[in-house]
Amino acid sequence: MTAIEKRLLVNKIVLGLSSLSALIGIGFLFWILYVLVANGIDAINWNIFVFEGAPPGYEESGLRQALIGQLLLVGVATVVGVPLGILAGTYLSEYGQKSKLAEIIRDISDIMMSAPSIVIGSFVYAIIVLPMGHFSGWAGVVALAIIMIPIILRTTDDMLQLVPSTLREAAFALGAPKYKVIMQVVYRGAKAGVLTGVLLGIARVSGETAPLLFTSFNDNFLNYDLNEPMASLTVTMFNYATSPYEEWQKMGWAAAFILSMFILSLNILGRLILLKKKGR
Amino acid sequence: MATVIDIPSEKAIEVNNFSFTYAGASSPNLKNISMPIAKNAVTALIGPSGCGKTTLLRSFNRMHDLYPGNRYDGKIVFEGRNIVESKEDLINLRIKIGMIFQKPTAFPMSIFDNIAYGMRLQGLKNKTELADRVEKALRDAAIWDEVKERLRHDANGLSGGQQQRLCIARAIAVEPDVLLFDEPTSALDPISTRGIEKLVMELRDRVTIIIVTHNMQQAARVSDYTGFMYLGELIELNKTDEMFVTPAEKLTQEYISGKFG
Repeated sequence: MTAIEKRLLVNKIVLGLSSLSALIGIGFLFWILYVLVANGIDAINWNIFVFEGAPPGYEESGLRQALIGQLLLVGVATVVGVPLGILAGTYLSEYGQKSKLAEIIRDISDIMMSAPSIVIGSFVYAIIVLPMGHFSGWAGVVALAIIMIPIILRTTDDMLQLVPSTLREAAFALGAPKYKVIMQVVYRGAKAGVLTGVLLGIARVSGETAPLLFTSFNDNFLNYDLNEPMASLTVTMFNYATSPYEEWQKMGWAAAFILSMFILSLNILGRLILLKKKGR
Repeated sequence: MATVIDIPSEKAIEVNNFSFTYAGASSPNLKNISMPIAKNAVTALIGPSGCGKTTLLRSFNRMHDLYPGNRYDGKIVFEGRNIVESKEDLINLRIKIGMIFQKPTAFPMSIFDNIAYGMRLQGLKNKTELADRVEKALRDAAIWDEVKERLRHDANGLSGGQQQRLCIARAIAVEPDVLLFDEPTSALDPISTRGIEKLVMELRDRVTIIIVTHNMQQAARVSDYTGFMYLGELIELNKTDEMFVTPAEKLTQEYISGKFG
């Protein structure tokens, strides 16, 4: 075998192995999606959207309380977490820059991003649930917001830093004060990236179960009051899927399907926004 | 040792024993520079890379203040004030001394909003007046005919040369007294470059222009006065015609004849 033949052979082997690994990875993704769709589509019906949780055996049983609870929890967490995350990211990129404080905040936020979410749940349990004496939607909101903030903070920081400094200088050179440079020029330039970060942050917390288990807990009935325990798709899914009743298990599949589709569309939307921005 | 000629006409700015030190530098990056800037004329700053010409240019509108730790010493006198003193109102200064950058810096907004940006900052809200002044600025920057049909389009859709003229229009829309050009054509093709140079020559009747350029021919073509800088010092300020024919300093002679740089 000549040197060239040997090189070509090694090349083929490496190409084959890496392609195979990629296929296995993506294969699992499609397998998961297939199982979800196969079991979930079947379980989806109109009842799920109009009825609340009921004991097994009842015809009029649904996930309405969990769907609305999920939207409330994630929605309010977004309202709390997004401004904090964006403002903190703005501080890092525009004011703190390379200062020691800013670097420390970046490191801490990276650590927080990889912190197990159940730990954040127990933290919120200790500071909110215990003093209040009962589970509540607010506790769930706080837990989700805490998980969301470092994600949005880091993407905002990164995206604002991608805005060329010459653009800032040009605005300053026209006599703009700093807050106007940030609001009118830097934010505009980073709009698509920051929005993507926000969507990914929402997608990330939408799938959280552990921090909700002992904060917002669960409720079988529809409830709009965040002072009370509140149902979520994830916790409901956990309860239903681990129950011995077939109807409940089916409902668990439905919850899994709806949740996955929601998160999948958020992710796809996020990517589309970035793609559109690049294509321009 | 430096040759700095006196300027017979009115002066817009006087630089007096000016030194500048970047954050963390052990010795000044600009050393004891003294030179007059003629009013309503073009002064070019030339010199090899790292000679400090852009550093000097960015001192005139205090751009260095955007980054912490930089230090100004000495005087740059404009309208009777030493503008490098810390009490200087930078917003007001930058309205009067505009800047065009090396790369076009179109803001991520429409062409109209780009031009209106500086005027809106100053509180101009009247829509008719705004539209009139936007048109005038675009006409003055010789780009009106190319963009008049698409004023509401994103400015980033323009070509590099068009964007640079847009930036000039944006800068002259606020009617500054002085315009600083930092190698405005180094990112442009020859045709766009000629357009910008023509514009610089048209503007000099009503604006004082200081232009940093890498290109000696450009300095010779557009400027009335030329300053040659080397290693943070001003070696020679002379009439452009004289500088390129009979320079007073040996170093200038060597640089313009291509012996180094």
